Amino acid sequence: MGTHIVQLERATKAFALPEGGTITALHGIDLDVERNEFLTLLGPSGCGKTTLLHAISGFVQLDAGKVRIDGDDVSDRPPHRRPVNTVFQNYALFPHMNVGNNVGYALDIAGTERKERNQRVGAALELVGLAGLENRLPRQLSGGQQQRVALARAIIARPKLLLLDEPLSALDRNLRQAMQIELKTLQAELGISFIFVTHDQEEALTMSDRLAVLNKGVIQQIDTSRTVYDRPTNAFVASFIGASNLFEGTAARSGGNTLIATADGLRIEAACSGGWKPGDGAAATALIRPEQFSLVGPGAKGPTIGIDIEQVVFTGLNFQIHGHTPSGRRIVAIIAAVRQADVASAEADGKARLGYDPAAVHLLPDDGTAAAEMAA
Amino acid sequence: MSTSTLRGRRRSQLGILLGPASAFLAIFFLCPLLIMLVYSFLEPGLYGGAEWAFYPDNYGRILGFANPEFEDYDPVYISIFLRSLKIALITVAATLLVCYPAAFQISRLPDRWKNFALFLITLPFFASLIVRLFIWVLILKKTGFANMVLAGLHIVSHPLELIYTEGAIIVGMVYVFIPFMFLPVYASVEKLDWSLVRASQDLGANGFQTFWRVIFPLTLPGVVGGSIIVFIPALGNFIVPAVLGGAKVMMLGNLIEQQFLGARNWPFGAALAMLVMAAVLAILFFYIRFEARRGDDAPVLR
Repeated sequence: MGTHIVQLERATKAFALPEGGTITALHGIDLDVERNEFLTLLGPSGCGKTTLLHAISGFVQLDAGKVRIDGDDVSDRPPHRRPVNTVFQNYALFPHMNVGNNVGYALDIAGTERKERNQRVGAALELVGLAGLENRLPRQLSGGQQQRVALARAIIARPKLLLLDEPLSALDRNLRQAMQIELKTLQAELGISFIFVTHDQEEALTMSDRLAVLNKGVIQQIDTSRTVYDRPTNAFVASFIGASNLFEGTAARSGGNTLIATADGLRIEAACSGGWKPGDGAAATALIRPEQFSLVGPGAKGPTIGIDIEQVVFTGLNFQIHGHTPSGRRIVAIIAAVRQADVASAEADGKARLGYDPAAVHLLPDDGTAAAEMAA
Repeated sequence: MSTSTLRGRRRSQLGILLGPASAFLAIFFLCPLLIMLVYSFLEPGLYGGAEWAFYPDNYGRILGFANPEFEDYDPVYISIFLRSLKIALITVAATLLVCYPAAFQISRLPDRWKNFALFLITLPFFASLIVRLFIWVLILKKTGFANMVLAGLHIVSHPLELIYTEGAIIVGMVYVFIPFMFLPVYASVEKLDWSLVRASQDLGANGFQTFWRVIFPLTLPGVVGGSIIVFIPALGNFIVPAVLGGAKVMMLGNLIEQQFLGARNWPFGAALAMLVMAAVLAILFFYIRFEARRGDDAPVLR
């Protein structure tokens, strides 16, 4: 049986396009989901994340491969015979039923005895903070409340696994952030696995125990949020999660460190503690996160990059400095708000010198084609 | 600008927009209707026309309290009414049976084919109703196409009595009213949100449960709307029974026409028409009550 609640083995799915030809949505995906885990599937639209979710819920039949839920092969079972429930993107609440009947739907289908059914509906609504709203119609509720009804409806049958298909995308920013925390708390309370699909990287980083980044039907990286952010395995992941400054070039050893020489004459120094180490002359990409940069004076120690400032944006928490190197390469740096005076003087000069710690530079084996594809 | 003049302007705009339609309906619908209502309580003249005297026995002849001095209560009128009701209800049921599944099929076609299918549904409107009905005469008559095929296949030895029967009327009615049923049914099937169907399956409902609990209730407004739009004209229809029912099978429409044009008994014809209208209004009343209970997302007749 194993400890995994969901196992995908070589899951493959291709769709026929209306204009002819096919598009491969899942490219032989292997995925194990732990019990009681909050796993997020993250990727750009069309990366296959929703198809992957539908393969688990049963709305997509795989061309090849297997889906196991709690050890049972459910590959050939229709959606209504799988022990999973889904929170849909636009909630999909039944407009002709009141909240109580929406939430109690799964129990009514299962023929649960009336008294127990009503009691469980009440409990589920209480869990999502909507106690006593049984008799309202969905259209009489706010977006956030509809979201909670959808959640209560999906958990009432005590599924082994809850699937959430971009459930927060229709909410405004503040409500979305509040719901993110609530969902995380709810998941811990229920003790079941959540698989959460989103294209919002911030949401993914906030909520997940583990994060799977998908592109073109392939899982690019699956790991904890922290690792995916700090140690992306390729340039696609690096540029999809968080803002990134990527420097493609050729590696050369220099003392204990590695130097990446770019085509436009920059030399990026990396300490390469752990992670991948390129050999001499190998193609490599250096990643420096914007927040790794600091504003430094002319006599500073350590490696620096000089830029011409194009724009300084104050976001409240920090300053975003957008600029370019003399050769025209775009650079983004994030400087803490407390360094206001330095930022102001740099802005007045129109130039800034950005320092970074070689230990914070992450090297990617990718030659940058993934990043180029992203831009295209 | 002050709010009162703004309101005044709105009112005058409303008047301009609704005025022509209201005036038209008042002159050409309400007035004749009132005249008919008055007529239905007048005494029929000996040689046609009407005498100015209150005379409720027009209704009595139909409903059973006739004045035996002049007329007898004749149950034939009630039986014609019941037959018309039966034919109209069968027409509604049959058109629904044809249109409901078809609406699902067509709503799932690619756009190009969808528009073509809708065009085909409305195609009969381009040809005269009388012409289309006489084609059915050619098909159903004793030496017609249907009997030819049946005889040719040796299914029957003698030609069947197909035309001038209730069955012929029903076939004609279904044929005439299919587009009227299809369009409202299709409108509600088309806007059905299929993510609700997926939600239902996800929550454990099989196909039948999903249909009964989600698909049918959500498409019910179209079904009810289409049924009413078919039922009302079917009840009073007189062209179809005139052509396909001949003199053998009479419906309310033919009866009323006969009273006005043949028997020249306008008051009695008016009384019959008023009773049909009363029945239709009663049905509409229940429909509106039903719609009000459904709440504000329910469509009006469409």
